Amino acid sequence: MKNKTLNYISMEFLSRSANEGFARTALACFAAQMDPTLNELEDIKTAVSEAVTNAIVHAYPNSLGKVSLKASICEGNVLEITVKDRGRGIPDIEKARQPMFTTGGEERSGMGFTIMESFMDKLTVRSAVGRGTTVVMRRKIASRLKPQQ
Amino acid sequence: MEIEGKSTDRNLMLKFSGELDHVGAREAIREMEQAIDAALPRRLLLDFSGVTFMDSSGIALILRAQKRVRNLGGSVLICHVPQQARRVLDAAGIGRLVEIR
Repeated sequence: MKNKTLNYISMEFLSRSANEGFARTALACFAAQMDPTLNELEDIKTAVSEAVTNAIVHAYPNSLGKVSLKASICEGNVLEITVKDRGRGIPDIEKARQPMFTTGGEERSGMGFTIMESFMDKLTVRSAVGRGTTVVMRRKIASRLKPQQ
Repeated sequence: MEIEGKSTDRNLMLKFSGELDHVGAREAIREMEQAIDAALPRRLLLDFSGVTFMDSSGIALILRAQKRVRNLGGSVLICHVPQQARRVLDAAGIGRLVEIR
């Protein structure tokens, strides 16, 4: 069951590579209010970078399209991130999620989904050929004991 | 992304500074391959001490370097890897393919 949403952001940008850095930095700024450790924040930035890069490189290979990024802070200190495109879609999700599999040539390593899986608690990928892909990632931020005043 | 290179006696050292993401890696791969073609190294040292962020695009760069240098009969060593980049390399199991110090 989905936890109650306490706060969220939603943005949309053009699938230009220059927006990858913007997207991960904006997400990290939003997640900072959850008081994450530096490692947690870096994991989130890395996972977002992978998901957004996939949308930019694979969803719209020879054109520009819209990428939407939504992040919600849910009850239980859980961050949920959704990256959605309306691009060409993934014909075989299981294959695409395998390590070292890529259709992006030698510029890509095929490790994007592996990194997302490794750095987040849960990863869901939905896709339809010709209609686009939605990646949902969830990560619980461990609560830290605050020093006594 | 900036790359500083030093080559002596078929040992090539490339020091990377900046973000090794999709945009940064694309540019870095091009420069790295030019440097490899010029130096034809037996030993390629990739110094990541200046890398402020890395995602799987950095892995593509490493695999590309390894393929190129192996064809020359050489080897690749990665050193001074910051914590965030190290976590990416570990998650991908790159330490099994390339020496990291």
